[in-house]
This record gives sequence, C-alpha cells and structure tokens, in this order.
Amino acid sequence: MELSTKELLKWSAEVKLRQKSKQEARFEHGHRMCAGCGAPTVVKMVLMATEYPVVVSNATGCLEVSSCIQDYTAWKVPWIHTAFENAAATLAGVETMYRALRKRESGKSSPAENVKFIAFGGDGGTYDIGLQSLSGAMERGHDMLYVCYDNGAYMNTGIQRSSATPLGADTTTSPIGSANPGGKLQSRKDLTRIMAAHGIPYAAQASPSHWLDLMTKVKKAHEIKGPKFINILSPCNRGWRTATDNSIEISRLAVETCYWPLYEVEDGKLRVTVIPEEKKPADLFLKPQGRFKHLFAPENEAFLKKVQGEIDRVWEGLLKESAASAETGNRAG
Amino acid sequence: MGKIVAVTGNEAVANALRQADPDVCSLYPITPQTDIVQRFSSFVSNGVVKTELLNAESEHSAMSAAIGAAAAGGRVITATSSQGMALMWEMLHIASGMNLPIIMPLVNRALSAPLNIHGDHSDGMGARDTGWIQLWSESAQEAYDNTIMAFRIGEHMDIRLPVMVCMDGFIVSHSIARMEYLEDEEVKNFIGPYAPKNPLLDIEHPKSFGPLILTDLYHEYKRLQHEIMGRVKGVALKVSDEFAKISGRKYGLFEAYRLEDAEIALVILNSAAGTSKDVVDELRDKGIKAGLLKPRLFRPFPYEEVGEALAHLKAVCVMDRADSFGGYGPMFMEISSAMYQNVGTGRKPKLINKIYGLGGRDYMPHDARQVLLELHEIAGGAPVRVVKEYIGVRE
Ligand SMILES: Cc1ncc(C[n+]2csc(CCOP(=O)(O)OP(=O)(O)O)c2C)c(N)n1
Ligand code: SF4
Ligand SMILES: [Mg+2]
Repeated sequence: MELSTKELLKWSAEVKLRQKSKQEARFEHGHRMCAGCGAPTVVKMVLMATEYPVVVSNATGCLEVSSCIQDYTAWKVPWIHTAFENAAATLAGVETMYRALRKRESGKSSPAENVKFIAFGGDGGTYDIGLQSLSGAMERGHDMLYVCYDNGAYMNTGIQRSSATPLGADTTTSPIGSANPGGKLQSRKDLTRIMAAHGIPYAAQASPSHWLDLMTKVKKAHEIKGPKFINILSPCNRGWRTATDNSIEISRLAVETCYWPLYEVEDGKLRVTVIPEEKKPADLFLKPQGRFKHLFAPENEAFLKKVQGEIDRVWEGLLKESAASAETGNRAG
Repeated sequence: MGKIVAVTGNEAVANALRQADPDVCSLYPITPQTDIVQRFSSFVSNGVVKTELLNAESEHSAMSAAIGAAAAGGRVITATSSQGMALMWEMLHIASGMNLPIIMPLVNRALSAPLNIHGDHSDGMGARDTGWIQLWSESAQEAYDNTIMAFRIGEHMDIRLPVMVCMDGFIVSHSIARMEYLEDEEVKNFIGPYAPKNPLLDIEHPKSFGPLILTDLYHEYKRLQHEIMGRVKGVALKVSDEFAKISGRKYGLFEAYRLEDAEIALVILNSAAGTSKDVVDELRDKGIKAGLLKPRLFRPFPYEEVGEALAHLKAVCVMDRADSFGGYGPMFMEISSAMYQNVGTGRKPKLINKIYGLGGRDYMPHDARQVLLELHEIAGGAPVRVVKEYIGVRE
C-alpha cells in the first residue's frame, strides 16, 4: 500500500461525481449494449476511478461484442480481446511484456511509466471457463486488476446459467418447467472468497449503486502492487427480466437486502465496507425480477425461504469475520 | 565461423532461442519439448538472456499470454508438443489472425488416444489450417537454422505472422548429433532488433485489438491473410539466401535429393528423410534411378515448385507420419494437389501414399527400400496395388 488510509479518505472526499464526469471518458458512448444495461456504467466507474494510464483486456461476452465492432471502438484506452476464457492470461502477457520492455529499454522507446492493467470479464468468462486462467494469473502475481462484471448468466449467448447464477433463477438452461418448478437448483459459487483465498493482496465486491465505495476500491486496488480482483454486480435487464430504467435501483436493493454484500479482503483481513442501515428482506430484490417470479408461487414457499436463508447465512458469516478482523486489527494497532 | 558441437535437437533449438534474446517467453511443460523451456529458464535464471519468463498454468494460457505479449509490442517465444498444441488450437488462429509474429518450436509428438509421447506429425498437421507459417526440420542443425530464420521470416514487415518450427520428438529432440552453432553476435546481427508494429503499449495512441467483424468484412479480412501467406515464399527464400552467407548452409522451399534425373522418388518430411537418403544412394548404386523430396516450408505450401520438381518422375510415394482418418495422409493431399496442376502438361507421375512411423514406430532402411522397390515396379509398368496403405505394421 503506497496510499495511507488518511490519504484515501481525503481522496474519497475529493471525488465529486460532477467533477469526475467532466474528465474525458475512457469508455465512450456509441457502444451497442442494451439500453439500461449495468455493464457500461460499471466500466465507466472503474475507468473513472483512476487517472493512471490503463491497458484493458476484455473477455468475449456482451461487453466485448458490443464495444468494438469492425471500424468502431468505444475504448479510448488501449484494449485487447483475444477469446472468452483468457482475459487474465492475455493481460498477463501484456503486463509481462511491459515489464520486459521497461527493464530493457530506457529513454524514448520505453513504454510510459505507471501503466495499470485491467481485465474485464463476465461471470461466465470468470467463474466458469476462465477460472483457471484467472487463478494462474493471480498466483503468478502479475500487477493487474481483474474486474468481473457479474450479471449472473451467459447473457451474450442468451441467458444460460453460469456458476454465478443465483439459486432459483430461471435461465434458458435452468428453465422452470413442470418437472422443475425451482429454476436453478444450485447456489452461486462464492468467487470473491475463492479469489481472496489465493492470498492476493486485495479482493473486493462492489456495486454500481454504491459508486463511491466502488471507485474507492478501484483506486485502492491500483495503489497496490500485484494481483487484485474486484467482483462487481452488473444488472442485465434482458436476463433479469427487469425494466430498462432501474439497474441502479436494483443493484442498490441487492446491497440493502445483503444479497450482494459490499466488502473487501485486504492482506487477508476482511472488512464489510457498507452495512445497510436496515437489512431488507430478499423479496424486495427478487420480486422486480422476472427470473425469480416463479419463486413467489405458493408451491415454492419453502424454496424461497431457502434463498433467504442462504443470504442470511453468508451475510452473518461476513459480519462475524469482519468484526473479528477489526478486533485483531485493534489489538495489533 | 561457427562452433562445432555435439548436442540434442532440443539443446540446439534452446540455444537458437537464447541467441534471439526474446523479450517474453511464455511456457508450459510437455514431453518431448519440456527440455527446451527448461534450458531456456536456466538461461533466464543465470542472466544469459534478458527475457521475462511467464510460467503459464496451461498451454491455452501460454499461447494467450504469448498473444498478449506480442500485441503489447515485443519479441515472444513459446514451445510445445502434441496435446499442448491441441489445447492451444483455439489461440493459434487468434495469433495468426492478429498478425503476431510469435516463434514456436513444435517438437512433433503423437496425439492421444491412446496416450503416446513419441514422435509423429499428427500435431503439426493438425495445425495446418491455423494460419501459422510452418518450417519442418530433418536434424538438430536444421531445427537450429530454421529457428533463427523463423524470426526473420515471421517478423518481416510484409508478413508479421507466427511461425512454428517442427522437429521430430525424441528422434531429433533427444538424440545427440554433430552440428554447428553460429556465433552469438552473428545471430544477433542476422535477426536484428525487434520492430514493433502498432504496439498496444503505445499509450499515446490507443488501439483496439480483436474486434468483432461479421458478414460485412470478415471475408475480406481472411482474404488478406491469404494474400500475406502468398508473400512468405519470397521472403523465406530471401532470408535463406542471407542465412547461407553467414552459415554456408543453403536452404530452399524444400530439399531435392538426387531428384533431377530420378524416375522414382519419396516425398518425406523430417528425420525419416535422412534414413531414406541412404537407401536412395544404395539403390542408385544398383542402377535404380531413385530420388527424394523433403518439404521444408509446409505452410504456405509451394505447390508450383513442388509440382515442377516432381513432374518428370514415373512414380512417387508420399510418406505420411500422420493420418487423416477416412482420407489420404495430409502430405499426400498436398502432393496430389501440386501434381494435378501439371495435368495440362501431361506430366504426372503415379502417386501412392504410405502411412509410417505413428507414435514413434521406427522407420528403418528396409521400410524405405521396400517402398522404393514397389515404386520401381510401378515405374516399370506394374499396376498400383493400393493408393493408401500403412507400412511397418505388426500383424
Ligand atoms: C470457448 C468458447 N466457448 C463458448 C463461447 C460462446 N460464448 C461467447 S460469449 C458467452 C457468454 C458470456 O457470458 P459472460 O462471461 O457471463 O458475459 P456476458 O455475456 O454475460 O456479459 C459464450 C458462452 C465462446 N466464445 N468461446
Ligand atoms: S443482454 Fe444484458 S448484459 Fe448483455 S448488453 Fe443486454 S442488458 Fe447488458
Ligand atoms: Mg454474464
């Protein structure tokens, strides 16, 4: 950590969205993502959170296919897409070449100083097919930030379930039917914890509804040398069967119901960064989404309870762990 | 002047890579290639090269990282064999489609199942359509020379394509042979510094690599790749001429051995060509006009030149150390295509195809002798018994 907490707090206070919005956009309008999609908002916030020069790697998926088509690109920063399962490995190669050239060349031909490397992958490209590539890159210790924009399914190919798809969601490959009234019968993979378990210096979870928390996490990550991972909730109105004007509202409900807890794990210490004033019932997050509609049918009452139970269990565990790290932190400090 | 040494093919290639001093080497172990990346890792650990190593967690990631590194704007190497190349397959197309001159020794090994670590050409032939340039090598010397030339060919500004340098697993990779190294300085001057083209790391001029291109221009994009491949022959010959000046070793698109006045010939790749040449000599001593053609540049394939070189023959056997099950051997298909172009001239030898040496099955002088004698009979008027056949089979 090159930045002290005090400095960070100062920076947080300084971040005025209005001021930030005047900065030249690094991800431009003109991309072809659906109206109301959460992903471009997530990308903009991530790129806005830092003034460093950045190079971006992007996994195949909605964000990638909609942002660089033939002669047009929405990216105002160097950007590379190679395939679906390897945004981390590709970026690892870029970052390694950066180190090689910085070491070898001095003067004019050497690449710029302090370049930051960011990968964007969807949940499918991160939790599932790209997990090995991500895990390898994290273990090797590349100086990079991997951002998963998690919309909870393979959206680009038409809403198929991934291991990030929440319990009970109706997707095209976990469809509800007479023999399966529940939709997806398995719980999500807890990828943020899996990444933290790699022993990387920084792993966090964020939501676009809590932009200051999100941008502070990104800013913080960039000040840490080594591999970083941030999992960001990214509402998808097509797949979630929601309106096109409420992605921020929905992501706020995800946080307030503790379906999507905001926390960070820094040097092994877990800290919940946003504790809702009042923990709302999961229904408030689930109900506006068509993919969960069936959960409110009378025959799914028990299943719905199970969904709430899972949310409670994870949230309570996080609170406990967060309190415990705070205590050891206090004792040490 | 170079230095005469006795080394394995892997050691020779590792030294060619050392002399090229690449910026990044991404790697993953697999027999029989592992020895190359182990040796290279020790060059890095001992400060002999300035290369950054990237120990990938799979070949898919090794190639992905090689692509990222090459796009970033520097010289990149990796190496593989068999299953490793099969796992890379998706990314091989992306390396060539993005015009990235990655250099990759491919130590040829059989593909599973059944699992087998020994040499055949199934891996390299499986990469035939990936858009990579392929140079094939008979010996440690040729693998070393081809590796050095690969940098010049792939990195040439008119080309910018990845290059695979093939040599036979174990038979060449692990056998000690006499060969000659060039001086480090000579190789350095010959290859020259890496010249980046549109580097991703040029922050001031941001570029997007790897767009989505659908029906409107994908076809044109691929035609461009075809056109670039068309330039490779000329560049390869020019580079080979320059290489001859520093090494005294002259390479063409293929090697023609006692072919000019021959009536029958084998077309055969890599190490087995060496065994076959001895038998050609033996038959020549008996008055049989035998010859041999050993392809070197397999992608792009020099159809006109090969067609011309074989046109005067009466009978040719194309030897394949790989099979396209349900089809002819992959080399046979190329030679048939090359010969068909000569139909108009009326010059066309009889063609047969033998599949030999799969999974490292020995290819012995008596195998070559048996095939050449069959060709001798066909040349004398005997009918072709069967077009495609396995030889050296334990019945
Ligand atoms: C190896 C491979 N398998 C499958 C695909 C097809 N594919 C492209 S994008 C995609 C889904 C992407 O899902 P996710 O990563 O969650 O991103 P999203 O589209 O939801 O933003 C799939 C399955 C592919 N491109 N490559
Ligand atoms: S399908 Fe969903 S994730 Fe994809 S662009 Fe549309 S709203 Fe965004
Ligand atoms: Mg998704």
